[in-house]
Amino acid sequence: MLIWAALAAALTVPVVVAAASPLLAWRDPIYIAAGFAGVVALGLLLVQPLLAGGYLPRLPARLGRRLHAWVGAGLTAAVVIHVVALWLTSPPDVVDALLFRSPTPFSAWGVVAMWAVFAAALLAALRRRLRLKLLVWRLCHITFAMVIVVGSVVHAMLVEGTMGVVSKSALCALVLAAAAKVVVDLRLFADIPRIAGRSGH
Amino acid sequence: MTQAPQTRRTLLVAGAATFGAAVTTGASGLLAPARAQGLAPTPTMRGGANNYRPGAPIVERIGGGGFWMTGTVRRAGDGAPLPGVRIQIWAHTTEGYERDPQSHGATLTDANGVFRMEMPQIVPAFGQPHGHLAYDAEHDDKGFETVFLRPVMPSARDTSLSAHFVLRPV
Repeated sequence: MLIWAALAAALTVPVVVAAASPLLAWRDPIYIAAGFAGVVALGLLLVQPLLAGGYLPRLPARLGRRLHAWVGAGLTAAVVIHVVALWLTSPPDVVDALLFRSPTPFSAWGVVAMWAVFAAALLAALRRRLRLKLLVWRLCHITFAMVIVVGSVVHAMLVEGTMGVVSKSALCALVLAAAAKVVVDLRLFADIPRIAGRSGH
Repeated sequence: MTQAPQTRRTLLVAGAATFGAAVTTGASGLLAPARAQGLAPTPTMRGGANNYRPGAPIVERIGGGGFWMTGTVRRAGDGAPLPGVRIQIWAHTTEGYERDPQSHGATLTDANGVFRMEMPQIVPAFGQPHGHLAYDAEHDDKGFETVFLRPVMPSARDTSLSAHFVLRPV
């Protein structure tokens, strides 16, 4: 129960703090929506490793896996809303970011994370059709997930936006910790020599 | 995140001798000999021209004011101050977005090559509190190459920002 309460707080507090940001007064609804889509995406990024690792108590494993897929779809949608709404707000700034020629250092981290989100989602959607070995598929998916986590955390920490510094730092730390735990627990990278050995035959 | 902007500003004041190579492709050939001759020209900054609306009117101040954008304009090489040069300024402020017409205004440098424009408070937009400045050859008959600057405020609470131009004759 404590974990569920902590998760609820970790997801809602940053949104509440962002909703109180003085910057909102100087922004129109589309720009505000862009910011909140980013905040929500960062929150969903905490949920994903918790579901993948089965760390949420009293949540059946099958339901957890299905939720992981749905939250992944939601995360992808949030990223799309974030980018499209920013593009509507200031097209040249978003074009610069997408072409990796933006003056702001956080842009490239965000764009790399965005492509990793699309790649991880695509990999999940095509899981059956791809017919990869489960281990190989998981290794690819979690590699994209690590790019997403690192890219998003650096992106968020460097942005001076509507998020509060304390709640943003805390959420980022939780995202990193949860992602690190699932990578260690699933022991995926311990299996690399095994996969390599098998393909060598 | 204040590190990079500060570095950029410091370099800009110092003549932007080294930063330019990373910003403007093909500028390195132009910068190296300029250093030997004296003051190097300021390169256009990445994203400097974003949301530019050419030909904004020359105004006493932009909107209600309360924030100061200041700077100098000098000639590359000998560093002579340039009077009467038109500089256009715009930013995301408490009174509008960068692309809104009311966010744009232009001013002229005084006899010492100094410009000062009062404008509304700049607020962080797209992740950084920053302003935009242009010397546009199309809207000035002094015969220098166009330069766009995008200085970043060390703190969003600052009530002034400065940017300096060193212009290269065409």
